[in-house]
Amino acid sequence: MNQNTIQKIGFGFLSFSVIATISFLFIIIFFIAARGIRVISWEFLTAGPRDGMTAGGVAPAIVGTFYLTLGAIIFALPLGIACAIYLCEYSPKGAVVNIIRLSINNLAGVPSVVFGLFGLAVFVKFFNFGASILSGSLSLGILVLPLIISATQEALLAIPHSIREASMALGATKWQTIKKIVLPAAVPGILTGTILSIGRVAGETAPILFTAAAFYLKGYPKSVFSEVMALPYHIYALMTEGVYPEKQTAIAYGCSFILLVLVLLVSGLAIFIRQRQRSYYHG
Amino acid sequence: MDNLPIKMRAHGVDFFYGQHHALKNINLDIAKNHVTAIIGPSGCGKSTFIRLLNRMNEMVPNTTLTGKIYLDCLDILSPCIDPAEVRRRVGMVFQKPNPFPKNIFENISYGLEVNGIKNKQLIEDRVVESLKKSAIWDEVKDRLHDSALRLSGGQQQRLCIARCLAIQPEVLLFDEPCASLDPISTRKIEELILELKKDYTIAIVTHNMQQAARISDYTGFFLLGDLIEFDKTEKIFKAPHDSRTEDYITGRFG
Ligand SMILES: Nc1ncnc2c1ncn2[C@@H]1O[C@H](COP(=O)(O)OP(=O)(O)OP(=O)(O)O)[C@@H](O)[C@H]1O
Ligand SMILES: [Mg+2]
Repeated sequence: MNQNTIQKIGFGFLSFSVIATISFLFIIIFFIAARGIRVISWEFLTAGPRDGMTAGGVAPAIVGTFYLTLGAIIFALPLGIACAIYLCEYSPKGAVVNIIRLSINNLAGVPSVVFGLFGLAVFVKFFNFGASILSGSLSLGILVLPLIISATQEALLAIPHSIREASMALGATKWQTIKKIVLPAAVPGILTGTILSIGRVAGETAPILFTAAAFYLKGYPKSVFSEVMALPYHIYALMTEGVYPEKQTAIAYGCSFILLVLVLLVSGLAIFIRQRQRSYYHG
Repeated sequence: MDNLPIKMRAHGVDFFYGQHHALKNINLDIAKNHVTAIIGPSGCGKSTFIRLLNRMNEMVPNTTLTGKIYLDCLDILSPCIDPAEVRRRVGMVFQKPNPFPKNIFENISYGLEVNGIKNKQLIEDRVVESLKKSAIWDEVKDRLHDSALRLSGGQQQRLCIARCLAIQPEVLLFDEPCASLDPISTRKIEELILELKKDYTIAIVTHNMQQAARISDYTGFFLLGDLIEFDKTEKIFKAPHDSRTEDYITGRFG
């Protein structure tokens, strides 16, 4: 076979892979949207469930997901950023740091249900927070820590060494340099990572399964020690429990659609911010 | 040297990157209010040398430095000296312009703020003054709040000089400041350096022999970590002592 034919076959295979991947994405979106959009109504977005989960809305689950996500980010963001700054800027290079990096990467690979079990043992039982927003947020927070750390590290590493030197050469301390030069420049990158992790947190079921989520609650959570409903768990519950599968399935698609729209919006925001960062750096 | 006041003095300086002996027993005096050029082939230790003068090299891990470096009578390597204090008095302009990703005004005011100056009026005056001294004021006076990254390379380099001047150092170190600039920007920076020498003591690393000849009063020739020859620029270029210096400046190697 001549080289041009081989090249054509190669490129053909590559473009097929891209098309296949994009098709999956669109099929999922289309599939969920086609089934989910039918049940979306003002009531669906603003009211609680009625008639044994076969009618009414999912507002408490939307609110619950919001609280859990917010709690997870409030916990994980400062911790993750601080961790990344230390690893990138302060820690002496060497074996210990490499082991720490490796552990953080491994943390990212731990199955999410393990975080659920861990949360149950530690936050629910040991600290006695019960099944609550607090326990669920902390479990989710630990799950996204590695994501936030690596996003922040990447953002920090992308800041050129030359401007750190420029700052130090003016008599700034390392701390001043990080606070006033490096971090502000890294903010867009850190934000992108954070926003992506919001998407991740909002959609996770397993970590909140035993630590926060309730199948059905009257009204909205009153404090961080309340149990909550959450969209992903609500979908799971609708599909596995109850006695009216057809009605429940329709509602589950409605929930999926909301979740999908939320995550897409959030990722869209991340892309927007990244774009702005690029244009800033290139004048 | 002809009994000129000495601003900085390197005395028996040896420097190692790990095992690599980058500078070997360097003795060099930098005369006050004069321009001292450092020349030599790539990798001979020019940058390493001037980065010792404001203690920038200690940020590189795993290095060893012996010998003494003085700023006036101050032993800047003494353990009780804060490196930030040395860097305030000995400013540095780098090979590639490296403005902060901030606006033009903030680029200059940053150095003042980190050094504890809070008075807004004073900061503003200093920003304007240093932009004027760096011959860039006319080009930026209407866009002080634009991103510094939108300036041309030559303008960025003059902005970096202004940034240095704002904190009123005594010595200015230039590491190939024109290496990434066109001839017109280069000319502007050279004129600026000649202007600045009235108020500052200047050391400049350059690969450009004509540049060294045009702007410097003294020239040191480095080769593989040794200071081969150090003398008046005129002498180095007209009648060098060492044949290796002659070979280098006539372009026979390097
Ligand atoms: N951070 C570093 N770690 C290890 N070795 C280094 C480091 N920086 C420089 N060196 C070595 O020290 C020697 C001197 O380097 P230096 O940068 O001072 O050369 P230079 O004269 O400025 O060269 P150039 O004209 O190319 O800028 C070189 O052999 C270089 O490889
Ligand atoms: Mg160099």
